[in-house]
Amino acid sequence: MTPLLTVGNLSVTYPTRTGVVEAVRGISFELGRERLGIVGESGSGKSQTGRAIMGLTPPPGIVRADALSFSGVDLLKAGASTWRDMRGSRMAMILQDPKFSLNPVLTIGRQITETLRHHENVSKREARRRALDMLEAVQIADPERVFGLYPHEVSGGMGQRAMIAMMLVCGPELLIADEPTSALDVTVQLEVLGILDRLVRDNGMGLIFISHDLRLVSSFCDRVLVMYAGRIVEELATADLSKATHPYTRGLLDCTPKIGESRHPLPVLERRKEWAA
Amino acid sequence: MTIRIENLSVTFDGFQALKSVSIAVGKGESFGLVGESGSGKSTLLRAVAGLAPVSGGTIEVSGERLSGGRRSRAFRRAVQMVFQDPYASLHPRQTVDRQLLEPLAIHRIGDGERRILKALDEVGLGPSFRFRYPHQLSGGQRQRVAIARALIVEPEILLLDEPTSALDASVQAEVLNLLEEVRGRHGLTYVMVSHDLGVVTHMCGRLAVMKGGEVVETLSAADLAGSRVVSDYTRRLMVASKGFSREAVSG
Ligand SMILES: Nc1ncnc2c1ncn2[C@@H]1O[C@H](COP(=O)(O)OP(=O)(O)OP(=O)(O)O)[C@@H](O)[C@H]1O
Ligand SMILES: Nc1ncnc2c1ncn2[C@@H]1O[C@H](COP(=O)(O)OP(=O)(O)OP(=O)(O)O)[C@@H](O)[C@H]1O
Ligand SMILES: [Mg+2]
Ligand SMILES: [Mg+2]
Repeated sequence: MTPLLTVGNLSVTYPTRTGVVEAVRGISFELGRERLGIVGESGSGKSQTGRAIMGLTPPPGIVRADALSFSGVDLLKAGASTWRDMRGSRMAMILQDPKFSLNPVLTIGRQITETLRHHENVSKREARRRALDMLEAVQIADPERVFGLYPHEVSGGMGQRAMIAMMLVCGPELLIADEPTSALDVTVQLEVLGILDRLVRDNGMGLIFISHDLRLVSSFCDRVLVMYAGRIVEELATADLSKATHPYTRGLLDCTPKIGESRHPLPVLERRKEWAA
Repeated sequence: MTIRIENLSVTFDGFQALKSVSIAVGKGESFGLVGESGSGKSTLLRAVAGLAPVSGGTIEVSGERLSGGRRSRAFRRAVQMVFQDPYASLHPRQTVDRQLLEPLAIHRIGDGERRILKALDEVGLGPSFRFRYPHQLSGGQRQRVAIARALIVEPEILLLDEPTSALDASVQAEVLNLLEEVRGRHGLTYVMVSHDLGVVTHMCGRLAVMKGGEVVETLSAADLAGSRVVSDYTRRLMVASKGFSREAVSG
């Protein structure tokens, strides 16, 4: 079976005032119809990896890869119109900063219905109904009110869920979710994960779940890639997380505060130069 | 009490985001706010900072009764807020350097060069980040700039809205240690919103649990850790915090 997504030797670089930033440095992986977690240090290149796959690397960023293909489409050769058709419908990304990524001058409802109407031929009424259903599915308590609110009028977690609703409304085959639940309380978080889980299980969606929350990733994903300084330093089946060998991964497991524990100060990682080699 | 909030209500166009909320936080205390998404946690912090439409009740900080959205210059130095959404609170067209310099200039604090380098170092960002713009930073790097900017003016009270939710565990541990150390050294008072119960019980002595614009329970971190809770909602939060399982999700 050919994988849904193939990433071969992907790199992303940015020229800046103080030299070239190597955000992603030659990573390779394949994704099937499964839940793949990406964890890693802040700044290790997780979001930049997701953006590059979606063709959303902002200028002056440069993307290079030996292979980048999504269900038979060579993304390295995709033109603007291919991207327009695919992005938001067949492949979607929930961006890390939902409030920044939502359009500040359009209501939440308008943004979801417009996405839907751009990709599918549905009536205004039908679009509205589906948008409200989607908001309800992501546990928005009062969908009618939130439908009419602007991004600055919703809470952090509501903005995040609006973004999720917008990305799921077309039923994508590939979803890249960048910290999709970081602003959600734990009960809502579980409901949202339940939705993503059903989409993978029942609809065969491929999911890349970017998160810094190892506890969550290990309980939710099938396998996990660990990134450090732009590279993949370890790949694990989540059931084997406790068998992690890379000192960064082991360190991560140790420095999370847990209920009922008292460790002041928390242990921190001694980062080694050779990890970034 | 350094912060005393009594029967506070906040109303947006007829929608009541806070319904008669009361909390009291002592000087040097670290107080947590947890609860449902949309329950009014950010609104409560914003009300203290003078950024929410208060429709009833009172807010008192360091013995001074605050009215409306007006805050003195001394207040604006003594009380710093780290917003949930660092992108929105950082100026998109200013470098990190400018954003750290500005509060120093406003409050006429000298020695900018040294303070900026120290503030960046404390949040684990090297000097190479100094002249970057917000869009050239990762999510966690932006949040650390926001924390550095709050600490640089040496405040007395910090209002922290999900300060580490965008950070991986290793950087989170560093930032939490930094926050604890600064509090210990200068006797700061913290009010901290977090949905991570591990983080809240680590950082705070007491906390309030919110749902639907109300405080459903105020308890000590030790009682939360020992499952001595009163409200059903708090109990549900504790179960959910154990992680994902298909059984834990309805449907
Ligand atoms: N436009 C840009 N110009 C220069 N450097 C950039 C730019 N965008 C991102 N970077 C850098 O690329 C690196 C990787 O960023 P990325 O956003 O992928 O990190 P991340 O792993 O998602 O981190 P976080 O967990 O903090 O969100 C970071 O060091 C960041 O500063
Ligand atoms: N400017 C505004 N106009 C209208 N409603 C608003 C505005 N600001 C906040 N609200 C509403 O107030 C409620 C509480 O929002 P708040 O941001 O305080 O929640 P929160 O507890 O911080 O949630 P989260 O954990 O998701 O960040 C939400 O229903 C939100 O829609
Ligand atoms: Mg990121
Ligand atoms: Mg909030």
